[in-house]
Amino acid sequence: MKVKRRTFLRCGIATAGAITGCAGRQPATGLRYFTEAEAKTVEAICEQIIPADQHPGAKQAGVLRFIDIQLTRHYRKHRAAYTKGIDAVNTAAVQASGKPFADLAFAQQTQILSGIENSSKPFFDLISAHTMQGFYGDPRHGGNREMASWKMLGLPEPPVRGRTTNDRKAG
Amino acid sequence: MALKHVNAVIVGAGAGGGVTAKELATAGLSVVLLERGKWYSAADCRKDDLRNQRTTLLGNAFGPDDERYPRMLVDERGVERVVLASEGGYHNNAACVGGGTFSYGAQAWRYMEQDFRMRSTYGAIPGSTLEDWPISYQDLEPYYEKAEWEIGVSGNVDNNKFKAPRNKPLPMPALSPNREHSILKPAAERLGLHPFDIPMARNTVPYNGRPPCMRCRWCVGFACELSARNGTHNTVIPKALETRLCELRTECVVKEILVNDRGRATGVAYFDASSHLQTQTADLVIVAASATESPRLLLNSKSRLFPNGIGNRYDWVGRNMQGHTYAGAIGLFDFETYDDIGPGAQIAVCDYNHGNPGLAGGGMLANEFIRLPIHMTTTIPPGGARWGAAHKDWMRKAFKQTVSIMGPVQEIPVFDARIQADPKLKDHWGIPAGRMSGGKHPHTMEVARFLAAKAAEWLNAAGAVRIWTRPSGPGLSGGQHQAGTCRMGNDPKTSVVDRDCRVHDVDNVYVIDASVHVTNGGFNPALTILANAYRASERLVQSWKGSRGSV
Repeated sequence: MKVKRRTFLRCGIATAGAITGCAGRQPATGLRYFTEAEAKTVEAICEQIIPADQHPGAKQAGVLRFIDIQLTRHYRKHRAAYTKGIDAVNTAAVQASGKPFADLAFAQQTQILSGIENSSKPFFDLISAHTMQGFYGDPRHGGNREMASWKMLGLPEPPVRGRTTNDRKAG
Repeated sequence: MALKHVNAVIVGAGAGGGVTAKELATAGLSVVLLERGKWYSAADCRKDDLRNQRTTLLGNAFGPDDERYPRMLVDERGVERVVLASEGGYHNNAACVGGGTFSYGAQAWRYMEQDFRMRSTYGAIPGSTLEDWPISYQDLEPYYEKAEWEIGVSGNVDNNKFKAPRNKPLPMPALSPNREHSILKPAAERLGLHPFDIPMARNTVPYNGRPPCMRCRWCVGFACELSARNGTHNTVIPKALETRLCELRTECVVKEILVNDRGRATGVAYFDASSHLQTQTADLVIVAASATESPRLLLNSKSRLFPNGIGNRYDWVGRNMQGHTYAGAIGLFDFETYDDIGPGAQIAVCDYNHGNPGLAGGGMLANEFIRLPIHMTTTIPPGGARWGAAHKDWMRKAFKQTVSIMGPVQEIPVFDARIQADPKLKDHWGIPAGRMSGGKHPHTMEVARFLAAKAAEWLNAAGAVRIWTRPSGPGLSGGQHQAGTCRMGNDPKTSVVDRDCRVHDVDNVYVIDASVHVTNGGFNPALTILANAYRASERLVQSWKGSRGSV
């Protein structure tokens, strides 16, 4: 079987990971960094920060994918904070109701996360900011799928209005 | 092989360096212009809201990069930490050809007459090194005009009754009003203020062979895809290169200024794009690397005659660092204020720059550039939800119904707000990194509170239904408006350069950027940097020709 370029690159990343001490990490299918368990927790936290209603929430807009990609790039520096933070969230969930965070009802999750906002404020602020970026930022970075948030806000299309309205012919 | 000797080597191709390169080369001097960043073009204007020069969450679009340029930041409690170039607290200015002027919002202000004599106007302030400039507004006026016409400025300042005297109008008319302008203008007039159209280095008609602004929402922090916004990269630097007397070398990082046994500079040592150490000899060394990097270079240029660095005999290099404390307010309206017509910032008042009861100085107030959704996520009133369904509701409600009025507070200089060379931390090339420490003067904070209240008044008059002010922290100022660190003055004991921007104790080294600003006005500083560069390089050329004539 031919090795696809992407698979090859992922092996490369995995190797680099091993050197920096992330040996044994098994990214979930379709992801680059988060394990399946981590991905479930993170996605549930993000959905709390921007829940779905008449418009898509964080989950539908692909915020998990945004954070996952950035943790292999510019946000590599935040990996340890995520490991620790995810742990804190699940520990709080298990203490409160015997189940990991992702398995709790939405309202229970909200309660746990409000506690985390106080007890693990640096992590909460970090994942909250990243969720906003993945939801409201440019889709080129892996989030804001189908420009979900921009459509929600009624941001005029196309994103560069001058090209079609005001225009270059004036020059 | 040694590089060919030139008349002048200029460190930094930003506002100051760009103008100086053009003025020297057109006067017949041979020039090498060194820039640590790259030369980007209009084609590099990815409209990326998370990675540009103003919003740097995923990195700086136009440098410097996080990997090679660390700095040390010492906070108010004395705790030090390494900051990366895209992080808050780094006090970054772009590293590219054009420097800050490549991706700025392009407000092109003249300072006012009082801005050059703050000490005479307001007296000494305890805990501050407040001083007058050694030059006056009148000295700079012809060069402001030259900058406005050569770089290209649009706007209409007729209704600004506080403006300093000027001889010629701006070369280009103002943009047509956007919705915020239409809302804020009558409100300001009702308050008895004097609103007018912000002067901007932006084409509103074809100018210098380039088209007018197409009014997109991607302005400050982004490259201009039409090159309709004017900086040194698309005006004076191409002019300098046309003379064939100026050579621009990009991705060159200067290590130190070299001096001989008689205490004169002989050139600079720099790492080229392949990280090879090179020596460029020159008759004149002009430092124009920004108010954080210029002092760092002087301090890192240590030798037997200058054991504490060049120009630093009295320990003034790197001190009095200032920028602008931004003060203002945000108002929520019950109707749509957003019309997607860029750049957004259009209307200003100068009613609060001076003459505020009990205060020294002040600042202009203007509406802000277009807020992209990512900026709106943190634009929350006190007590407002930061996450969850309530935050999402707020985004939907407020995104198109808020107006922000902000202004740059003229800062009261503090001797201990400073940049030094760090004793331990080094950059990628092994050069001691910048070490920043200090904070704002309490009076600066007081003026900020006053200005924020005035912004709130304006929004209230405009019919905002909810208004909140944005507080500013007491930490060090700098950022893209960084200034003050190589003060211009007549007394070598209390300044670094003389009125001609020549370093007091080395007569062939000049600093020509915002480092020389004694105070930084209550305005964006770009036009003043450009104007002073025209003035300083004219004086430099005169003295150059004079000295050659006598030989």
